[in-house]
Amino acid sequence: MLSKKKLFTKGMLDIFPHMLSVIPFGMICGAVGVELGFSPYLVYGMSILIFGGASQIVFLQLLSGGASNLVAIASVGIINSRHLLYGAVLSEYLEKLSFFKKLLISYFVVDQGFAESNKYFKRNKTEKFLHYHLLGTGCTLWFCWQIATLTGIILGSLVPEELGLKFAIPLTFIAIIVQDLKKLDHVVVMITCGLSSLLFFDAPFKLYIIIAPLIALFVAALILRFKK
Amino acid sequence: MTWTTIIIAGILTYLTRMTMIALVSRDFLGSRIKTVLEYVPSAVFPAIIFPGIFMNDFGAFIEINDPKIFGALVAVIVGYFSKNIISTILAGLFSYWFLIFVIFS
Repeated sequence: MLSKKKLFTKGMLDIFPHMLSVIPFGMICGAVGVELGFSPYLVYGMSILIFGGASQIVFLQLLSGGASNLVAIASVGIINSRHLLYGAVLSEYLEKLSFFKKLLISYFVVDQGFAESNKYFKRNKTEKFLHYHLLGTGCTLWFCWQIATLTGIILGSLVPEELGLKFAIPLTFIAIIVQDLKKLDHVVVMITCGLSSLLFFDAPFKLYIIIAPLIALFVAALILRFKK
Repeated sequence: MTWTTIIIAGILTYLTRMTMIALVSRDFLGSRIKTVLEYVPSAVFPAIIFPGIFMNDFGAFIEINDPKIFGALVAVIVGYFSKNIISTILAGLFSYWFLIFVIFS
């Protein structure tokens, strides 16, 4: 049985490699906001209140492009609706926590943190303080995200645009799921999701980001039925 | 943009994180759904990966010889065999940079 501190540290170490993409992306996020002409306080406020990279950029771009507040808010909600799926997966491991702790830990659920902690949870179901791993990944992501967006806001775009560092984002997620390419059923689900996301890319409110996973999960359900 | 807009967007985002963890009991999900949830990472992340590779900044499809496709392929191969996150990301970035700065420059 690992101590809370050990699990927290394990979470920090497991998420650490992803900072390679999270930090440059955060700096871009902060710099873009200021470049688009928004107040630095508002741009930074988003990192605390929304705390979700892709949705923050889209939010800023929509508003600077003249979209209504309602459209911008709806888009953020839809982009972030994938957290509902993460929550449904994580709830298996967080069930026994008090309501208050559940409210607190929810704030730290982010894509990469969910992915790495979920991998750890699946392998270590019997650990008593599993949620400390999620806190470790979540707090590390949170801290780095704050520093990175602040740096971008204050110093502007330190990373030259020619480097195309936004490309590190798809790479980070490739690193997360690449081992599942060993399983044919997962490959089918991934390709379904990927192709659907391209097909529905022009759907309003960035809906592709939740339509594609839902189609892919439907295919996963069909696969499970055939397996039986 | 006002603080009100950001606060509403923030509350909405927090609700997406919190609902399934704190409000919806696990018994509410049937056993079928629970098994399908195994596929969540494979069913969600390609929706971030594919557009990040195959779309440009203006939402149009890239050309088949775009350096991003090559970079992504290298990342998949290196990631598959190395099982290492840092090597996966760096292999993708370096091969991408090699193409845009050395070959196509």
